[in-house]
Amino acid sequence: MTAVSATEHVSVSAAEKIPTRERLVNLAIDIFLFAFSILMILPLVFLVSNAFKSPQELLAWPPTVIPTDPTVENFRAVLADTPLARWIFNSLAFAVLSTLSIVATSAISGYVLAKFPFRTLKIIFVIVLATAIVPFEVYMIPLYFQAQALGILNSIGGLLLGYLVMSFGIFLIRQNVMHSIPDELLEAARIDGAGELWIFWSIVLPLLRGALGALAVLAFFQAWTAFAWPMIVATTRESYTIEVGLALFQTGFTVDLGRLSAASATVLIPSITLFVILRRNFVQSVASTGLKE
Amino acid sequence: MLQRRLWWFAILAFLPTLAIFAWVRIYPIGETLRLSLHKWDILSKNKPFIGLDNFRELFHDRLFLDALVNTSIIAFGVLAVTIPLALVIAGLIHHRTASRFSGFYETAVFIPHVVSLVPAAMAWKWIFDAKLGPLNALLQYFGIPAQAWLFDPVLSVICIIVLCSWQALGYAVLIYLVGFKSLPVSLFEAAKLDGAGGIQRFWHVAVPLLKPITLYVSVVTLISGFNVYAQAFVLASDSQGAPGRQVRVLVLDMLENSFRNYRVGYAASEAVVLLAIVLVLTLIQFGLLREKGRK
Repeated sequence: MTAVSATEHVSVSAAEKIPTRERLVNLAIDIFLFAFSILMILPLVFLVSNAFKSPQELLAWPPTVIPTDPTVENFRAVLADTPLARWIFNSLAFAVLSTLSIVATSAISGYVLAKFPFRTLKIIFVIVLATAIVPFEVYMIPLYFQAQALGILNSIGGLLLGYLVMSFGIFLIRQNVMHSIPDELLEAARIDGAGELWIFWSIVLPLLRGALGALAVLAFFQAWTAFAWPMIVATTRESYTIEVGLALFQTGFTVDLGRLSAASATVLIPSITLFVILRRNFVQSVASTGLKE
Repeated sequence: MLQRRLWWFAILAFLPTLAIFAWVRIYPIGETLRLSLHKWDILSKNKPFIGLDNFRELFHDRLFLDALVNTSIIAFGVLAVTIPLALVIAGLIHHRTASRFSGFYETAVFIPHVVSLVPAAMAWKWIFDAKLGPLNALLQYFGIPAQAWLFDPVLSVICIIVLCSWQALGYAVLIYLVGFKSLPVSLFEAAKLDGAGGIQRFWHVAVPLLKPITLYVSVVTLISGFNVYAQAFVLASDSQGAPGRQVRVLVLDMLENSFRNYRVGYAASEAVVLLAIVLVLTLIQFGLLREKGRK
């Protein structure tokens, strides 16, 4: 009843047709979502803030969000104790090379699978898709022995071996080519005497820019956050990725939370910044994984 | 003539990818299957074929069974937390699409999914820490005695579930948001005219329509739950500081058998069990989707 009378009262101005009750509900939802969002990022906020705290302040209750007496001592200690810069470099090189390889292989084979209707290719495509179901953890032990045979353990090449191709990437590009590149366009170019390689390079690739960008972001984060594979392939201190380095560092200094936080924050801040910048690409690529029809 | 030229281009262009694929995916998958039927202890030269002996031994192996139970509890625990929560949060965010904060909600919920596993786990290690952690401090504030979160076998499983759900939620919410956007608006208008309130529209219109998405997200969540490793490795150190011992998970047990006990064939048979679990889950998903399509 109250809602109805409120509507009549407000409806004088057309812009505010929303009933008061609904507005209150919306406000409550906003407050809830806001609180929930804060709660989700709070662990990370505290991690960054702990990195700047002295050991005494770490013990304080309630924990402070902004350190009262910020110090960079933790960062100095971590950089002195560990080759953190080296680990970050390893992770970066691994992620960038893996991204390049995945984007290149996905672009060309996605295009071929979408636009060249040969039976053999179709059968191969089904096999490629089928392997996508098999989790990496299932075949990483034989893959480790392949890396060993090649003599590339403890190197970026070894890390790369597991992340050269991505079934989903091929699938994603194939779908994109089918939906966004008309056959007529390719045929017109062929009639004009264009070579196949030229068609791919000058017509297909530019049209795929958006999809390839999304795939690149996905591939980069996949390698950047890889754990199990780097864990077994990189076993020397110099060859660790940042993930492995941190995970093993924490077993050495189980109690020193200040230093652990400093090391973690060094990794988190750039990757969160990168994510916020690339958010649209990222969301698009992840969302498209759910739309396999 | 043209057809022939196209065929050659297609094959030559596809060949490099196919070669890499065969080399780093298909061959090792085949090797896993083959090794699981052999006894191979790195040091010994011969690898005798032993049929299903590895599997027979697995199901009497206390450590493996422990790992299997823990991993299943974690996978289903994460599922039980993530799916209902993600549905509600995505529904609310979708409802407030017009709000100027909707971008912030999406980003905040999604960030835990993209940050690196280990640093994020480190944040939770501090939260759960028995002496320094804010969780125990908070509990004591309310008069509840402090718990040894990461050292108790039951509590540490709960901690891993919390950490994994925190990470899985963002992905589920994102997929649900895509789902909510694709729902026909007219249906909601109709329900609204019939006098259905917000909660009724959510429960009786949106939830049934989103079933295929729920199915997809559930399978993805379960599969990644069965592959849990890093989270257990970082969170569940035992009292001597050895990582991952407290909560044994499948991947950890597999890697230990392979690289600590040098029993590669045995480890491969564990990998095959993991593969079987994943295949069954995927088949269930396809089966249910097809059933729905037939109706």
